[in-house]
Amino acid sequence: MEDLLREYLPILVFLGLAVGLGVVLILAAVILAVRNPDPEKVSAYECGFNAFDDARMKFDVRFYLVAILFIIFDLEIAFLFPWAVAFKDVGLVGFWSMIVFLGVLTIGFAYEWKKGALEWE
Amino acid sequence: MISSDISTVLPEIVLAVFAMGALMFAVYTGKDKTAPMILWLTAMVLAGIGIWVAISGNGSRVAFGGAFVDDAFSRYAKVIILLSASAILLMSQDYMTKRGLMLFEFPILVALAVVGMMMMVSAGDLMALYMGLELQSLSLYVVAALRRDSVKSTEAGLKYFVLGALSSGLLLYGASLTYGFAGTTLFSGIITTVEAGHVPLGMLFGLVFIAAGLAFKVSAAPFHMWTPDVYEGSPTPVTAFFATAPKIAAMGLFARVLYDAFGNAVADWSQILAFLSVASMFLGAVAAIGQRNIKRLMAYSSIAHMGFALMGLASGTVFGVQAMLVYMAIYVTMNIGTFAFILSMEKDGQPVTDIDSLNMYSKHDPLRAVAMMVLLFSLAGVPPLVGFFGKYYVLLAAVQAGMSWLAIAGVVASVIGAFYYLRIVYFMYFGEEGDMLDKAKSPILWGFLMASAAIMVVGVVNLFGIEGFAAAAAETLVR
Amino acid sequence: MTLTAFAFYVFAITVVTSGLFVVVSKNPVHSVLWLILSFLSSAGLFVLLGAEFVAMLLVIVYVGAVAVLFLFVVMMLDVDFAELKAEMAKYVPLALLIGVVLLMQLGMVLGTWTSSEAAMDLRGAVAPAIEGTHNTAALGRLIYDDYIYLFQAAGLILLVAMIGAIVLTLRHRPNIKRQNVMAQMHRDPAKAMELKDMKPGQGL
Repeated sequence: MEDLLREYLPILVFLGLAVGLGVVLILAAVILAVRNPDPEKVSAYECGFNAFDDARMKFDVRFYLVAILFIIFDLEIAFLFPWAVAFKDVGLVGFWSMIVFLGVLTIGFAYEWKKGALEWE
Repeated sequence: MISSDISTVLPEIVLAVFAMGALMFAVYTGKDKTAPMILWLTAMVLAGIGIWVAISGNGSRVAFGGAFVDDAFSRYAKVIILLSASAILLMSQDYMTKRGLMLFEFPILVALAVVGMMMMVSAGDLMALYMGLELQSLSLYVVAALRRDSVKSTEAGLKYFVLGALSSGLLLYGASLTYGFAGTTLFSGIITTVEAGHVPLGMLFGLVFIAAGLAFKVSAAPFHMWTPDVYEGSPTPVTAFFATAPKIAAMGLFARVLYDAFGNAVADWSQILAFLSVASMFLGAVAAIGQRNIKRLMAYSSIAHMGFALMGLASGTVFGVQAMLVYMAIYVTMNIGTFAFILSMEKDGQPVTDIDSLNMYSKHDPLRAVAMMVLLFSLAGVPPLVGFFGKYYVLLAAVQAGMSWLAIAGVVASVIGAFYYLRIVYFMYFGEEGDMLDKAKSPILWGFLMASAAIMVVGVVNLFGIEGFAAAAAETLVR
Repeated sequence: MTLTAFAFYVFAITVVTSGLFVVVSKNPVHSVLWLILSFLSSAGLFVLLGAEFVAMLLVIVYVGAVAVLFLFVVMMLDVDFAELKAEMAKYVPLALLIGVVLLMQLGMVLGTWTSSEAAMDLRGAVAPAIEGTHNTAALGRLIYDDYIYLFQAAGLILLVAMIGAIVLTLRHRPNIKRQNVMAQMHRDPAKAMELKDMKPGQGL
């Protein structure tokens, strides 16, 4: 257990450094920089016009479909990692269990392909 | 070892493989043009597996190290789930085709939901419980929102999803506390760690959270909020489905968790269930009085019925579980008939759900009016119909377990509840003359309505022997 | 205080604070960013427990995919969140009450927490010996063999999620030219083009 955590020590140091540096830079900007804001300076800049409307706009629902299909296959891949690592130990049952799992998701993939969910327009 | 495991879960595997095969077939051939065929095929396969499960199995078997239990209890629940899902699918074809909702995914999602329900009633492990529950719920969220251009249907799907996710969260939290105490997720392991009569606080919290999560799924008050909106918003066949198969699955799962995992703590959960039962019965009875929409009314009706079924569980005896199982079977049969009637309520080709539209229905179509009257009397629990016997059994179980106050509350709630069922009958026979509904044409709906009403009358002889099966199922569960 | 304990407190405090900010921040996009921070810190906590694979899963799946999806959804909904918050403010006292009651109950559980005497043995009966095995490999030995039933159920759930997402969101727009790869490949160049012999001074 201790060995395992020692392996992660560089990451912890790195994280500490990153956070520290970020805080220092932001604080430096707050403390050292010259600031005298006025309404014109802080307003949104849109090629010299006043801003027409809100920056937030509706995304097409198709983005969502692509993202959720991505998550599903992302999870599928996550299941592949331990299988690959323990491949020598899983035995025949473990091997075929993964093949069946992949088969089920391949059926889903064939369905979404045929249904046209992967076509943009 | 693995081959015997697979043979134990064969019905589930066959159904899942069928669903995937149907999905591939439909998407590679005519897409939605094949939908009616897929729907019929799915209904046949569900009924076929139901009959197979009914006649094949005997004894108790466990598979996958105890995660899956195949015993008389799970078989009883599975047979009702499969047959009712099959009936609802057959009833839905007409409605779905007319409203342009005949997607081939609909029967497939129903089949996958049924796989989830079968996993639920067979669960022998907290993780297996959750997997089955999620498989079922996820499919149900989708079919609730099937009419995606309707605000009400999408609202139904979204509400069901958000509250369902919340209840899953509660359930998982309870499961993690239970695991933290017991060190195992297997029901057979959990029960050994609880000494009879002494439940530590951590375990008790786990039990309470699990019970709350499951109460959401059976829509017992005070966790019922989603039910009326979801029932009203979903397409009517989907509502009919919600009112039948998932209720048995959730009830079966509830019973299994309580007895298999917490069977040594009966005194602790019996109070929780008695509270849920009283709250559901009264809420269902009182809140339905103001409803004019028959789908919302059926939602409150199902809440009240779940209260009665929970009364059987709350008594904590073998007879209580048997009463609950008999009650659920009767409840499902009544609901199939009632929804067959609701599905045929149309005016100018549009579905009507307003109770007022039933004014003087008896003149319009006397036979159907009589059938509906029988069903409503049975739902209200008027003797000598079958619905009365269901109520009688759970009340008897409560009295035998020394919970007379619960039985008295049940009688009072049932009398209040009778009012709104009888009001529909009043409308049908003595209402004002108004616009008439279309003449119902579908022979399938007619058949299910008449069959269900006939069962309510003929069944009083011996309840078709269902008590025997329920008793055997209860015996295996309560040890 | 050892370094491990120090790291634990840093991560734990970050999880709780960022969780709080997820709920209270005005801008929903900021909420998602705070959520990402809390996911990352929970990954740190998992590493401290020795559950490396779960930690990496949290980073890959939750931060990499789920949080991105959340951002999409937050942007997709063109909802005036300020108005929504104002309406929510009415329910804050009730929510606080429920929260406090729950917190007290949890405190009670924590105060009197006991595990069953059999718990350690039952736990050890399932898991392979941790010593000498890589965390991911130990999981691999369990998931595909002992928990094959749950694993296949997970596959079915993912399939339902896929079908559900497509049924509910896919809209086929008519009147749009789509690519038909087969038709394009099997197109006969000889038929696609016609050569005409034009005489000077004449039209076709």
